[in-house]
Amino acid sequence: MSIEIKTATLEPVRNTFAHIERRFGDKPATRYQEATYDVASETNFHYRPLWQPDKLLQDASRTRLVMADWYAFRDPRQFYYGTYVQSRAKMQEAAESSYAFFEKRDLARLLSDDHKTQLIRYLLPLRHVEQTANLNNVYGTGQGMGTALTQAMLYNGMDRLGIAQYLSRIGLILDGNTAESLAQAKQLWMDADIWQGLRALCEEMLVTEDWFEVVVAQDMVLDTLVYDLVYSQLDAQLADSGAQDVAMLTEFMQDWWKDNQRWGDAVLKTATAESADNKALLEQWLTLWRGKAAEALAPLATEMLDEQALERALAVLDKRLNKAGLFR
Amino acid sequence: MSKVYIALQDNDESRYIVEAIEQDNPDVTIIHMPAMVRVEAEGKLVVKRETVEETMGRDWDIQELHLNLITLGGNVDEDDDCLTLEWNS
Amino acid sequence: MAKKLNIKEKYRLLTRDLDWEFSYQDRKKAFPYEEFEGIKITDWSKWEDPFRLTMDSYWKYQAEKEKKLYAIFDAFQQNNGHLNVSDPRYVNALKVFLTGVSPLEYQAYQGFAHVGRQFGGVGARVACQMQAIDELRHVQTQIHAMSHYNKYFDGLQEFSHMHDRVWYLSVPKSFFNDARAAGPFEFMIAIGFSFEYVLTNLLFVPFMSGAAHNGDMATVTFGFSAQSDEARHMTLGLEVIKFLLEQHEDNVPIVQKWIDKWFWRGTRLLTIVAMMMDYMLPNKVMSWKEAWEVYFEEAGGALFKDLARYGIRMPKYSDVIEKEKEHLSHQAWWTFYTHGHAAGFHTWIPTDEELDWLSEKYPDTFDKYYRPRWELAKELEAKGERFYTSGLPQLCQTCQIPMLFTEMDNPGEICYRDHVHEGERYHFCSDGCHDIFVDEPEKYVQAWLPVHQILQGNCGGPGVEEVLSEYYRMNLGVDNMDMKGSPDEKRWKQWKGVA
Repeated sequence: MSIEIKTATLEPVRNTFAHIERRFGDKPATRYQEATYDVASETNFHYRPLWQPDKLLQDASRTRLVMADWYAFRDPRQFYYGTYVQSRAKMQEAAESSYAFFEKRDLARLLSDDHKTQLIRYLLPLRHVEQTANLNNVYGTGQGMGTALTQAMLYNGMDRLGIAQYLSRIGLILDGNTAESLAQAKQLWMDADIWQGLRALCEEMLVTEDWFEVVVAQDMVLDTLVYDLVYSQLDAQLADSGAQDVAMLTEFMQDWWKDNQRWGDAVLKTATAESADNKALLEQWLTLWRGKAAEALAPLATEMLDEQALERALAVLDKRLNKAGLFR
Repeated sequence: MSKVYIALQDNDESRYIVEAIEQDNPDVTIIHMPAMVRVEAEGKLVVKRETVEETMGRDWDIQELHLNLITLGGNVDEDDDCLTLEWNS
Repeated sequence: MAKKLNIKEKYRLLTRDLDWEFSYQDRKKAFPYEEFEGIKITDWSKWEDPFRLTMDSYWKYQAEKEKKLYAIFDAFQQNNGHLNVSDPRYVNALKVFLTGVSPLEYQAYQGFAHVGRQFGGVGARVACQMQAIDELRHVQTQIHAMSHYNKYFDGLQEFSHMHDRVWYLSVPKSFFNDARAAGPFEFMIAIGFSFEYVLTNLLFVPFMSGAAHNGDMATVTFGFSAQSDEARHMTLGLEVIKFLLEQHEDNVPIVQKWIDKWFWRGTRLLTIVAMMMDYMLPNKVMSWKEAWEVYFEEAGGALFKDLARYGIRMPKYSDVIEKEKEHLSHQAWWTFYTHGHAAGFHTWIPTDEELDWLSEKYPDTFDKYYRPRWELAKELEAKGERFYTSGLPQLCQTCQIPMLFTEMDNPGEICYRDHVHEGERYHFCSDGCHDIFVDEPEKYVQAWLPVHQILQGNCGGPGVEEVLSEYYRMNLGVDNMDMKGSPDEKRWKQWKGVA
């Protein structure tokens, strides 16, 4: 027996907003689509910014990359605010229980002095790199075009602030909340030879004007190299030498990187596929920043790991770029 | 003295918070409006973690207040144990 | 045993200590917009964080809010929650909201992302970044809440397209464009302080309470959930102003000038909210005048009393603003009623019961100035001659509202002001808007005034009808005109089974 419920009078007049229907057809839309597409103002801006009078408030010419439709940058994770915070809340819940376990069992006491020194010298100064990444992604949000891309950059930016705070917490765990390790790490960031290349690179990205170039330099080039060197290679080295518990504190970063790559790969692929000009421009930026980053990271990679470590990380980067359709 | 105020969503958690506020600030005025409850006081109002924990019978973080908060008026000072609203004039 | 850190120390170590002094580049090049407004910052480290929310707590609490909110959206949609609203006229307030307000949340997202990158102090920057992502939350949850209404009512479907073009929507749009086009400190006084601290309460608190009172579960839920972020934003706004005033005495007159400007601009913008409160909510919570007294006069008054120690006084034209609460909503709704053919929503004559309520709430003005108009409109409607004004209104060069406001001491006379700049005459609705223009004429001559644009042929045409249907993408006779006889009304009657 089938039950027929009289619903004819409650038929919707339309399935979704008109701009969503124009893009995806007359059918019910996903929440990601309705929250993302064509939400940003595009025309009839009233006043030119006092802080940049040669541009409009929203202006595609703030980058040299050219897109016919900035909404081509669909986020494969389909993050809108709600799904974004819920995904991160899950990750932070896991991280919180790992940090709590680590602190409660005082697992820091099982770390050798040598391991502690390594963490202060190689891991903690990265919080300033994360802070740079926060600024660079928020820069893209403020300057960029199309909600599909700008919201994903803001999520990335806020993630990086979160990671900088987790790294700081690792320092506080190591020094029993005296903040001595954070002060040491900052001193190293300011003075130690192994960090000066990277610090100079961070400062250079922060004064670079083209927002897409900044995102390429930070999210594609530098992050790929740093996350491979630190959260893959250094992690393995720590585990092999008996400091495997540290992985409890860096698991968030590893999970985050996996998630973030999915987005980053899609951005690269979409920008590359758009036109030969874009491809050439991306290759020019990537060559430039790959060179700068490799030079900046060389002393750190060699001291922290070995002579070949940077080569291995560069191979990971090259593979990634290749997969996105670049340099081939 | 100017009035400080805090408004919360009208739900079960807020009832415990409002109860705690009343205990710690005997002179407050409670105003019920559709879907919200507004608490006003002359000059100063304090939400204390300890009192809320007592009324709720569980641990409660002062930052959890934000889950039910609608609006507030006054200079805010938030620390681990309390949130204070105050006008200096 | 590890030392116990309190929340302030912990936040300082986790967040405030992330910045460093540059050695390889000029730090001013990385934060280039801090000086041109004349604001003097001597020491960013004096910044007091309003709330010390680290990202992990932010994710945790915000995810909890979102989980609750979307559970309600799901239930609302699955149970056809739109059938529970008090009266289909109510949905027109949502049309104004989605086309006029939600895009402002988006602009706030963009504006706070900009200043959240540009401030040299990490504490202020992070607070602005959190506000940026919160504002993104607000626009997205509003779209999701309205998504269901859009399926059953007309006039919501082109909200984004309309916001960029429609005549009355250039009022909110230009307000936020103005703030975003300003320097970072003015933006904070405009939006973080004037708008968030004092004015958004008027939008979100009584109006959302009104949504609850009119059976709109989706809107009240997003409204109050958004307000839970707003408490953080308000506190940021207050922190910014105190910080600027404490940093240098030279900042005081600059900040005062911005307060004067943005309170005036804000009250003009809120005209539309006044109208929504008094005319578009079938079940009334409080009148605009009452809301204004609680949230502006009482709460704002306490605030300015507190700021007096820095040498800050009440905004200029507060005396005019006080008188306007008696008139704004009536003058605005009448304008929309008579231009109901060019609006993106329906208009109507208030019911007799509603007219009585207005008489009761506005004893000094309604019967004297406004009720007679409605009685006349009723007579015309009864004769089948529902009244529409033809012709395009003149707009104020600053706030872009049609010249609908009267002299406050003579409510029978429309207020006109003008000013000649470089040989061209510009028109204003008030002394407040006149003064704002005169202070920065090179900015306000740029305004994209919808009526000028139509007359110059930049919005299609040749006639107004083509502008409305082709350039604005309004479905004429469907999205607009009187509520009586509209498709919205017909469907409602069908759903409810009434003739």
